[in-house]
Amino acid sequence: MFELAQEAGTSTGDGLATLAGGLAFGLAAVGAAIGIGNVFSNAIQAMARQPETAGQTRTTMFLGFALIEALALIGFVLTFIL
Amino acid sequence: MELDVFHLFLWEPIAFAETPFEFSRVSLLMMVVALVAIAFFFSGAARQDRVPKGMQLYAETGYSFVRNNIAIDIIGPNGAKYAPFLASLFFFIFFANLPEIIPGINFPVTSRMALPALLALTSYVVFNFVGIKKSGLRYFKDVAFPPGVPWPIYFVLTPIEILSTFVIRPLTLAIRLFANMMAGHVLLTIFFLFTHELLIHGSLLQRPLGIVTLAVAVLLIVFEFMVISIQAYIFTTLTAFYIAEAEHGHGEEEHAEQEATDTHPEAIRETELAPA
Repeated sequence: MFELAQEAGTSTGDGLATLAGGLAFGLAAVGAAIGIGNVFSNAIQAMARQPETAGQTRTTMFLGFALIEALALIGFVLTFIL
Repeated sequence: MELDVFHLFLWEPIAFAETPFEFSRVSLLMMVVALVAIAFFFSGAARQDRVPKGMQLYAETGYSFVRNNIAIDIIGPNGAKYAPFLASLFFFIFFANLPEIIPGINFPVTSRMALPALLALTSYVVFNFVGIKKSGLRYFKDVAFPPGVPWPIYFVLTPIEILSTFVIRPLTLAIRLFANMMAGHVLLTIFFLFTHELLIHGSLLQRPLGIVTLAVAVLLIVFEFMVISIQAYIFTTLTAFYIAEAEHGHGEEEHAEQEATDTHPEAIRETELAPA
């Protein structure tokens, strides 16, 4: 695994940095996926139980989605930095 | 694959070179976007019919959306005085993100850190200024030592609160907008690049895959429009929430949220003709 990464860079340090960059976004996406799944599933339940607050629920749902997505995208940006 | 795209990343100045006023084509796009946002509202305010139609309808609907659903809902009844600032933020971010899906331009101006950093700095200055204007220097004490908490907890709570309010908030505002736009731009670039390579330079077996990537690229454009709108809305909503916290004082968020879910008197929402 390290040899493949080593071919990508010019030295072991570069190869490990590329590997770390790939792992960074992958691990960040796991947490974000679980979190977003939670937010949307609870929002769907709330809208089903009390349809008259669907508007307020939808607003809060988008707010929660964007906050969690920010963390996943910070990992994505780190991939390009490393 | 032989691709010479590196010339696309060098933004030479296209006017006023070697002077402090030089600008590249990206800065030109930024200025065009600002002019579009200004023209949108100017042309909307040109006529003042009782029953709006045309440009006046779009501008009034957009502004009343920000004023009612963001400013008044989050900050409370006296949030209307922040509505011009929040509407400027919302529409500038929206029009600045839009070039990502306009064919031929395909570059969101907010996908480089300069513009999101400036917008986050503006929000930072505004919400701190509101807090200082409201309660003077006691604002910093209220942020660092929220009232209604037993004193040993301050050892843990105060560093977290200071870091969260003065460091994390502007940082995440900027990074959220920048990373969303850069990720969307990179995604669209990859899919269009694949389409170009597979359809034009590819062998006969690779052509169908090129059609697939083209379909995915078109779907991604629709998805990116949703991301653009959501990012503009989230930036404005979070700024409004930080202003609300600075105004009402920390630790009283339950009170502010309770006010947001109460039904407001009709006098505030003068643009709504039907009962809510």
